[in-house]
Parts: sequence; C-alpha cells; structure tokens
Amino acid sequence: MTAMTPAGDFRTSYRADMALFPTRNTRLAVLLGLALLALLPLPSVARQYLENGGGLAQSYDDFLALFDIGRYGLGLLIQIGFLGIAALGLNILVGFTGQISIGHAAFFGVGAFSSAWLHEHGLPVLVCIPLAGVMTTVVGIVFGLPAARLKGLYLAIATLAAQFIIEDFFARAQWFTGGVAGRGTEPPALLGFSFDREETYFYVVLVAVVLMFAAAANLMRTRDGRALIAVRDHYLSAEMMGINLAYYRTLSFGIASFYAGIGGALYAHYLQFVSVEAFNIGFSIQFLGMVIIGGLGSISGSLMGAAFMVVLPEVVQLGADAIAGGPVDQALKLGANISFLRDMVVGAVIILFLVFEPDGLAHRWRLTKAYWKLYPYSH
Amino acid sequence: MDWNLLLPLLLNGFIVGALYGVVAMSFVLIYKASQVVNFAQGEFLLVGAWVCWYFLTEWHLPFWAGFLFTMVFMTLFGIILQVVVLRPLIGEPVISVIMATIGLGIFFQALMKWIFGVFARPFPPIFAAERVELLGLQVQPVYLMSLAISVVIMAAFAWFFTASKHGLAMRATAFDQQVAQSLGISVPKVFAMSWAISALVSSVAGVVVGVVNGVSSALSFYGIKVFPAVILGGLDSVVGAVLGGIIVGLLENVAQYVDAEWLHIGNMYAIAPFYALILILLVKPYGLFGTKNIERV
Repeated sequence: MTAMTPAGDFRTSYRADMALFPTRNTRLAVLLGLALLALLPLPSVARQYLENGGGLAQSYDDFLALFDIGRYGLGLLIQIGFLGIAALGLNILVGFTGQISIGHAAFFGVGAFSSAWLHEHGLPVLVCIPLAGVMTTVVGIVFGLPAARLKGLYLAIATLAAQFIIEDFFARAQWFTGGVAGRGTEPPALLGFSFDREETYFYVVLVAVVLMFAAAANLMRTRDGRALIAVRDHYLSAEMMGINLAYYRTLSFGIASFYAGIGGALYAHYLQFVSVEAFNIGFSIQFLGMVIIGGLGSISGSLMGAAFMVVLPEVVQLGADAIAGGPVDQALKLGANISFLRDMVVGAVIILFLVFEPDGLAHRWRLTKAYWKLYPYSH
Repeated sequence: MDWNLLLPLLLNGFIVGALYGVVAMSFVLIYKASQVVNFAQGEFLLVGAWVCWYFLTEWHLPFWAGFLFTMVFMTLFGIILQVVVLRPLIGEPVISVIMATIGLGIFFQALMKWIFGVFARPFPPIFAAERVELLGLQVQPVYLMSLAISVVIMAAFAWFFTASKHGLAMRATAFDQQVAQSLGISVPKVFAMSWAISALVSSVAGVVVGVVNGVSSALSFYGIKVFPAVILGGLDSVVGAVLGGIIVGLLENVAQYVDAEWLHIGNMYAIAPFYALILILLVKPYGLFGTKNIERV
C-alpha cells in the first residue's frame, strides 16, 4: 500500500506512518460516508410506512422517492457487502501473502452451509455467522497444510483440486447440505426483531463489512500482517529474518477461509436458501476477478472489485435491454444468450485489467485523488 | 474380480488416458517454452471441435478437408492468442498470467455456448463399421482411431523435439532464453510457435473426443483433467505428461470399478484424480520426471 503523498509532505513519526487515517479529514470522510450509507434504506422504509396509511401528503412521498434506491438497489449493496468480505479474504491470501487460491467459492460455500446447519441445530443466527467463520477456518487450514509447502502454480493446482473435492462433498453430504434439494435457512433475529427484508438486513451486512474491513486494516499494521507481506515480497529473505514460512502461509489460508466463511454465512441468511450447485469453479474465478480488478494488496480495492463484479452484469443487462428488439438484438439473439454475454464480458474485463491496469481500481482511485489534490500543478 | 467388467474399463481408460496424454503434452509444451500455465487448454479442445463440426455439418466438407481447415484455423488461433493476450504479460507475476488464461477460458467457453448452444451435437458418422473385434473385445472404430492418432501425435512430438530445427530451437529456449537468443533464435517466435502447436494438437484431441462423444462444452473439462496428469508426470516433462495422462485415464476407470464393486460412494470417476493430485503434491510435488527446482539466493 504505497500512499501517494505530494513532494515535501513527510511523516515525522512512526506513529503517523502507521495511522489508519492519515489526517483528521480522512477520518471524518470515512465516518460521514458510513453515516450516509446507514441512511440509505430509510427513504424506502418511510415510503412503505406512508403507503400503509401513515396519512401524509403525496409531496412527501415524491420527495422521498428522490433518495429511494429501492429493494433492488439495497439488494445489490448487500451482495457487494458479503462478496466484498469474501474478496477481502482472498486478497489477504493473494494480494498480501502472494499465495493463490482457485477454490475460494468452495470455502464460501462451506461458510454458507455451516451457518445454515448450525442454525438448524438451534443456535441463533447471529451466533451462527461467526461460528461458521470458525468452521470454515478449520476446513481452510486442513487444505492449507499441504499449501504451506507449495507456492505459485503448484498451489493454484492444489486449490483447484480442493475446489472439486469440496464441491463433491457438498453433493454427497446430505446431513450437512441437504443434498440436491439444498438447505433452507432463516434470516437473523435479535430480541424478537427479524432482519428479514433488504431494508433491515442491509444493517447486518453493513456492520459485518465495517468490522471485517477494520480488522483487516488493523491486521496489516501488526507483526503478523507485516510478516505476510514479507512472505509475499521475498519469502527467502523473510525466512532468513526468522519468519516461519509454513506458519504464515497456513495462517494466511486460515484468515482467507474465515473471511470466506463469514461472507458465505451472510449470503446464506440473505437468500435463506443454499443450493449445492452455487459454489462452482466459475464463482471461484469471479472472486479472483474481483481481487484483480479491485487491486491486489489493497483493502479498499477488494470492496471496489466486488462492486465492479456485481454491477457489471447489471450494466450488461441494461445495455442488452436498451437495444432489445433492434436489428443487432435480432442478429445476435441476445435475449436468450444474455448469460453467455455476461460471462464473456467478465472474461474480457479480467484480461483487459491485467494488460492495461494491473494494479486495479484502487490504484486508479489513488491516481484520481492525487490528480485533484495537485491540480492544476501536477508536476 | 469381474474381468469381463474390468477389462473393457481398463481398455477405455487406456484410450482416454492416451488422449489426456496428448492434451497434457501440449500443455507441457507451452509451459516449457514460455513458462505460462495455460488454464484455457480445455477451451482449445472445445474451439477446435466446434470449428471442425461447423466445417463438416454446415459447409458439408469431407472429413479430411474439414480436419485440415480446422488445423489451419487453430494454428492461427494459437498465434493470435499469444501475440495479443500473452505477449503483453511477459514478465508479469505468475498469478497475473494464470488469471489471464483463466479469463481466456471463460471468454471462449461462453462464446462457444453462445454460437453453438449448450447441447451436445454429434459429428456425422465417419466409419462404416459399427464395431470391430480386438483381443476378444468389441471396440468402436473411433476408439481405435483415437488411439492411433494419439500414437501418431506422440511420435511426431518425439521427432519434432529431437530432429527438427524448430523443435531444437524450442528446447534451447526452454533451457535458457538468453543463451538461445544469443544463438540467433527468435524467442518471441518460439513462444508464438509453442502456442500454435499446442492449440493445434489440442484441437486434434478435441475433434477425436467430439467424434466419439459429440461436441459440447463438457470438452473443456479435459483442460482440468490435464492437471493431475502433468503434476503426476512432472510439469516440464513431455514423456511424463504422456505417462501421467495414461495413468490418470486408468485411475479414473479403476476408481469407478472399485467404487461400483465395493465402495458405492458414487462419482469416484470424476473425483479420484483430484484426490490423487493432492497426494502427489504432498509426497512428490515435482512428479515422476519433473526437474527438481533447487533455489539459490
């Protein structure tokens, strides 16, 4: 994470260099952003209240409609939230430790099924979610132990094998996953209040995102976090400095699995149904795509990548709808093949990012910020 | 032991394994020449098979002509992929290159589904005879053709790498790029050539499988089955790839037999190679014939 500071602007203390928020304004901006996010579902709630005979004037409704992003918009944000958490886990593994995993969706699935399974055994959902993270960590470490000796391409292939083995396990373990029928589950509840709609579930995800991202940002400021980065940058030197390679590679796998498990659990209680087929290799590749598009080794980038991957199919769909019925649409038979078009766009976007913007969206964001900070004297 | 069941399974495993061997060989070719792990190898089979299918059923070409056109097309396809996508990524970290080939894989998989649909389509019949007798077993002639083609390709590879000028240039590049360059070998050309040959050979395998089972997106799964094979044989060994392919083919069928007779777990056919893969990585990560990578600081 190389922060771009203008020339002459030096940090004078170690403390300032390690600070989460370099200035007071950045902290304010983050808090303000969070507050705005927390307000997002309110117009929708208020409008429903009005519709149900709150008895206020139509003009209020029109005014609120301006800020209402609707269930659909909130649903997208929720998706970005839980996918972003899982992507952050993968980023800690790939971007910060330099290990690769092509089986992240399988661990995401382990989290989803664990949480649903625990809930069926009588635990409240809000306890199930962290426990599912722990269970996924255990599974992750089991597969991470062979990974501790491997790196690069061998690890890629080992995790590919893990993906297929876990997927096969899902299809077989009826007691755990419900087999081909899948497993239904319930939304979380707290003191009798059920988070069963987008407007309320949004807050569950928001809290989880804040907690998980803050934890990751803090992890990177500790000895363990720096050890992970050292393993990535030059593992031989790291080992010579007394960093236990096997331990940190396994640890990184465990952390990545924990994040995947939490993301998966949030996914399970959002959809309230977990299907065995959902966690295939294509989903794993999507996670890798998020990390690469967002920016390897960037915490905020993970969220940007997840947002990109969630919004991209919607944009493709919108584009296809816009030309629906036209000659292009007729010639390409877009309506029936839209899912293939989406896949193609995902593949193409991954390649384009790798060739033209290998540092991802996070880097582009830093450049944009630097540009405006130094405007108009950029040199 | 039920030999009447096991023997055909073993024969099937050997024939399919030989095809895995061919695909694994073309995977190793790319890895050796340009250190790129190609996760889109299966899509080479897929594209080749669909293109050949198109020539045969839409243009009504005879089999040999369609086959020839497919080979020309795939050669160009391989070169274009290398030049347009992989060349800009030379020198990037291994993860980026892996991701780029994965991206290619998704792209072409989706494109083929879009153009040709998701259902398997059969090739027009090529052989008149339904079955031939071999060692007391009834065998489809397409299987024999597949085995013959695999053997021919393997022989061609052996000749190419030991006797032809280009093959020697490729081996020199794999050994040391800088030295090869100073001897007047154009390294970019060698890279492009390795992709062209790899695409070509894979597409031959794709056509063979297509003739046997019909063409569908399931073909790209061969690209994943390649990994147990190459890891078993050693990533940078052509001989190892062939052996690894055959062993994986046999293993699949033996696993299916064991499962059907005693274990009754189901789905062992598809999953056994991956268990084997994890075991090999734990015990002997450089495979049977791979070079042991000794690191010096």
